[in-house]
Amino acid sequence: MKVSGALRAGLLATGAWTGIAMAAPDARRGEALYGRCMACHALAYDRVGPRHCGLFGRRAGSVQGFEYSEVMKRSSIVWDERTLSTFLAAPQATMPGTTMTYDGVPDPQERADLIAYLQQASRSPDCVR
Amino acid sequence: MSFFQMSSSVAARRLFLGGSGLVLSGAAIALLARRDALAAQSDSGTADVQILNTALAAELEAIAAYQLGAESKLLMQPALGLAMTFQGQHKEHADFLAKTVEKLGGKPVQAKATYNFPAEQLKSQADVLGFAAKLEQGAVSAYLGAVPLFGNRDLAKAAASILGDEAMHWAVLRQALGQPPVPSAFVA
Repeated sequence: MKVSGALRAGLLATGAWTGIAMAAPDARRGEALYGRCMACHALAYDRVGPRHCGLFGRRAGSVQGFEYSEVMKRSSIVWDERTLSTFLAAPQATMPGTTMTYDGVPDPQERADLIAYLQQASRSPDCVR
Repeated sequence: MSFFQMSSSVAARRLFLGGSGLVLSGAAIALLARRDALAAQSDSGTADVQILNTALAAELEAIAAYQLGAESKLLMQPALGLAMTFQGQHKEHADFLAKTVEKLGGKPVQAKATYNFPAEQLKSQADVLGFAAKLEQGAVSAYLGAVPLFGNRDLAKAAASILGDEAMHWAVLRQALGQPPVPSAFVA
């Protein structure tokens, strides 16, 4: 199938296009993608969703004082690149009952970029205090 | 009188509602009047309540964020007027979402007693508008990510309607900041 530039851009924007080889994860692209997360999340403080500082290596549902769903609290997930990528691809399908009622980030390149940014941010002054 | 000549958003909304059958209220009324019990008994109804409650929590936070901006003394007219208009629309969204959660048999989330906003980083009008713009951008993404999850298509339509409103907030805030108001052909 021949796909026009405009259609391809649209498919990429909506996450429907997956037949493209992945580039190396790019934290700068990930920072732009993080704008999507900012309805509910911040790096350094809890909002509708929990803070992202300290995410890597943290057990899911373990930020003190944050009100998690039961399913998140009961999960035995520890957040790393693999578990984050799996969850972010389709949060509701991965963990039915989570309060993260977001369709997800189906594009693996976008997930890799987003995770690269979160890793970089975890070493930033916002998180290291 | 045209929509653009209305003196208040309430008057404009009345005109809009009166002139079209394809508006949010139609979806909401249909849902609230006829489908709530069925939806509440189904798994998709339970999931829809969760989606609505997450959206409600974000709307309540947005209301508080605009209040912070209004009380900061950093906003001058016309930016202050815009912020208060946008806050009023977030209040309308929150009211609709809370009532729909109740009709579906759920318990609406309540506003937090306090919110963690980076108030110490807001030192100018541009800082406040930039903060609001980021929240609105995130809200657009959140609704975009919620629309496909709804089991009830009327709720998906209602969420898409709110998405459109909040995308306009984002564009106007970007314009006020001197940024290209509509940075791309697609929101994500």
